Amino acid sequence: MNTMKQEAPERQEIEELLPWHAAGTLSRRDARRVEEALARDPELARRYALVRAEFGEAVHLNETLGAPSALALEKLFVAIDAEPQRRQAASLNLGSRIGEFFSNLSPRTLAWSTGVAAIAILLQAGLLADIMLKESKTGGYETASAPTTDPGVGAFTLIRFAPQASSDDITKFLEANKLSIAAGPMAGGLYKVRVSVSGIPKGELARIVKKLQEDKVVGFIAATE
Amino acid sequence: MQTTSDEVLISRIAGGDRLAMQVLYARHHVRVYRFVLRLVRNEATAEDLISEVFLDVWRQAGKFEGRSAASTWMLGIARFKALSAMRRRPEQELDDETAGQIEDHADDPETALAKKDKGSALRQCLTRLSADHREIIDLVYYHEKSVEEVSEIVGVPAATVKTRMFYARKKLSELLKEQGIDRGWP
Repeated sequence: MNTMKQEAPERQEIEELLPWHAAGTLSRRDARRVEEALARDPELARRYALVRAEFGEAVHLNETLGAPSALALEKLFVAIDAEPQRRQAASLNLGSRIGEFFSNLSPRTLAWSTGVAAIAILLQAGLLADIMLKESKTGGYETASAPTTDPGVGAFTLIRFAPQASSDDITKFLEANKLSIAAGPMAGGLYKVRVSVSGIPKGELARIVKKLQEDKVVGFIAATE
Repeated sequence: MQTTSDEVLISRIAGGDRLAMQVLYARHHVRVYRFVLRLVRNEATAEDLISEVFLDVWRQAGKFEGRSAASTWMLGIARFKALSAMRRRPEQELDDETAGQIEDHADDPETALAKKDKGSALRQCLTRLSADHREIIDLVYYHEKSVEEVSEIVGVPAATVKTRMFYARKKLSELLKEQGIDRGWP
């Protein structure tokens, strides 16, 4: 008797899920619970047969309801035409654009693109490693000057370092004079070196160039823009 | 064969893409129309509402966050439009076709034959349910919406969805019994 009392709410709970089980919209866990209950409870299984009959006839009924005429679509687009113009780019955020891009790729294209991207990343990593190794051979170029992300901002010189100058010598030279490498090496072993993060008068730049030229690390130096 | 997802179409619609709107309409308009028609029971009204529903989709596409399926979102809009139309037309005008389905009390030979056909009787009884019961039956069986999705569309807790479905089915059994078909449940 107690068992029946305990089972009744469970049967009620399972019975309420039967319509969704018939439609296949239950979670996997609930579907398994229903399946197990149906297997052990013949009365529940009989009621499930009723649900399946309702399900079939509800679909049948809806399928016989027809469809709207083409006028509905025409009316819709007349209304859309009367709407204010939209700014297409503004309403598409980056996330949806990325999502759209990937969703438009076929699985084969996606797999191929992923492979290419992986190779590109490996190549880039290799190049970066190569640059780091080269820089470590020459000691790297770090200065105490204020960093700037824009290589075109400030006052510059072109410097070719003396062949006998070691990487330590060059690093110390750059640090001592608060210089930074902006670009290079270019043709002829030249480096574009920033001497100031802001523009300075030509006379002042010429004075700096003359002073730097006296350092044994410098093989050639000239002011540049 | 790959198709553009509804979510992508809606993001394009948000950007003013008319072609995306056409594709989304082609994909969903029949089901949305049938959902609305079952509620308002008038073909002309349902057809008018379809244009309004998809115009709202056009207008609100930018607000769609993809938390639920696009069809769930559209059925929610459709339901709101249908209920508004029903409030404007409380007398519940019925078109000839629907009325024909409902008026089945006469025991003419044709009806008597139909009663023997359980399927036909079930369909007739489905048309005689209240709007709330029709709605939930259709959402679960025809539109294949989960408990949570029905909850979102109808705006009631999941527990209410389950009990409402139970009572809709119970009412269906009562209507069938009136036609002489005892299902032995509830």
